[in-house]
Amino acid sequence: MNTKKLILVGCVAFGLILSSGSLFAQKKMIQVKGSDTMVNLVQILAETYMANNPDKPIAVLGGGSGTGIAALINGTCDIANHSRPMKDKEVTMAKDRGVTPHKFIIAVDGLSVIVNESSPVFKLTVDQIGAIFRGEITNWKEVGGPDKTISLYGRQSNSGTFVFFQEHVLKKQNYSQDMKRMNGNAQIVEGVSVDKEGIGYVGVGYVVDKNGNPRKGIKILKVSKDAGAAVFSPLNKTAVDSGDYPIARPLFQTTAGTPKGVVLDFLMFEMSPEGQKIIEEEGFFPIGSDVLSENKKHLK
Amino acid sequence: MKTIIRRKLKESAIRIFFFTNGILAIIILVGIFFFLLYTAIPAFREINIGEFFTSKVWNPTSPVKEEHGIVSMIMSTCMVTLGALAVAIPLGIGVAAYLSDVAHWKVREIVKPIVEILAGIPSVVIGFLGIVLFGPFIAKLTGQSHGLNAINGSILLAIMALPTIISISEDSLNAVPRAYSEASLALGASRWQTLMRVKIPAALSGIIAAIMLGMGRAIGETMTVLMATGNAPAFPKGFLSSIRTMTATIAIELGEVPYYTTHYYALFAIALVLFIITFIVNLISDLILRKYQEREL
Repeated sequence: MNTKKLILVGCVAFGLILSSGSLFAQKKMIQVKGSDTMVNLVQILAETYMANNPDKPIAVLGGGSGTGIAALINGTCDIANHSRPMKDKEVTMAKDRGVTPHKFIIAVDGLSVIVNESSPVFKLTVDQIGAIFRGEITNWKEVGGPDKTISLYGRQSNSGTFVFFQEHVLKKQNYSQDMKRMNGNAQIVEGVSVDKEGIGYVGVGYVVDKNGNPRKGIKILKVSKDAGAAVFSPLNKTAVDSGDYPIARPLFQTTAGTPKGVVLDFLMFEMSPEGQKIIEEEGFFPIGSDVLSENKKHLK
Repeated sequence: MKTIIRRKLKESAIRIFFFTNGILAIIILVGIFFFLLYTAIPAFREINIGEFFTSKVWNPTSPVKEEHGIVSMIMSTCMVTLGALAVAIPLGIGVAAYLSDVAHWKVREIVKPIVEILAGIPSVVIGFLGIVLFGPFIAKLTGQSHGLNAINGSILLAIMALPTIISISEDSLNAVPRAYSEASLALGASRWQTLMRVKIPAALSGIIAAIMLGMGRAIGETMTVLMATGNAPAFPKGFLSSIRTMTATIAIELGEVPYYTTHYYALFAIALVLFIITFIVNLISDLILRKYQEREL
């Protein structure tokens, strides 16, 4: 009698597990993963998209560009957000596993260098910023500030911003070992806003509030190509568009193979005037028509 | 006759069930060890094992020269652990002595469960306290521009190790036979003298075991130190510099690393070193605890 009961209970439990499995399978979500710089932006794009298409769920996760690309290669996400181009090594690795990456540029970011609000420094050249983050300039007085040690805030190596900054500002040299490796853009903003001697770099979407004003506690530095050149702010749309602002960069989304179904639909929405308007509202910059036509080529 | 056989069968079935459960923990432990070993060893195909244990530079994604040295992070882990113990030992034993010898039993009945609840606070909450509360406070106190440093990590880890230390120390102080303290008091010793020279020495093995268990927790803690110590990979210059522990390095880098690369294997090598360290600490505490329990019998 007891055994029979046990078997019955076992059968019911097994049946439940089976049915719950199929339940999960029915609700397939599109997974978007990667860049911390882009996570808020893509989240808002996804929410707007889902408001119009409630039957097409999209989940957006952060973790850093490297994480997103790794997930794409390992087949655990549908779209990877990344703020640096994929490395050749990563493309080869993806192809080895049968994944053909198709990349799209969905927005432009003016990478912002920020200091504490109380700092007297308001502009730096790209070379100076590079030297500061390489650890060659360690005192604020060398760049026109007070006689204080510079306190560096940066990202971790899984960040696309970390890699982009290393390539374009540090000239492919190592970061100072004293740089604090923060978990995300928001942490850097938080750190610099309470650290009078702090300096950090973040995506432009993190330095302005909803109305486009700089956040409390921080100051956005103006940056020039070299000592003689004119300085530009990353908030200056025309300077970022024209490339006068020296550390602007494209923000990418990459799909595994040709985008299809909901993934395609979502990408089209992001590139549509409506999507690009949201991108502008979030503090980033929309893509130009040449980028748009380049993107369209990758849709096939 | 039939019922006896059935009973015997049932008996042995139950025995096998419990035996399997008992052995399962060992299988899992050994399994984890061999998995770590198996995943860590390929790291040394490309990394010089001498460099791994002597170099201070950990920079596996450098565009210039990839370096895999774990001295700085071992040092960082040791610093926060020892810092945490420096705070937690006097405080923990003090509270334990208060609860066992000074406090009214009603107070003890209330305070001890509360202390034990402290152990259940999620580490991410404690890390958050480190960022918003202790960090700015330490910065102001020490004249630094920020408080994301080894002291901050030490204090937070001390908070996390305290419940273990207090709870087990108090148990072992209570386990000291009444006759000891009564004899001491009868000889004219004050309560302070009795506590310091009779009860604490008598309960020492239990207290040491408590400390080692607290230490084991501090070494392996990840989220709190990740949030509160600034994560600068440089070799620590002192308790006021930002540090990055072994656990934080693994937690930060394992998410992004492409699988089956040297960097990936190197992270498992760190994990293996960490596993061996915590294993030794736990083993020692277990041996001491056993000695103390035997004496009690």
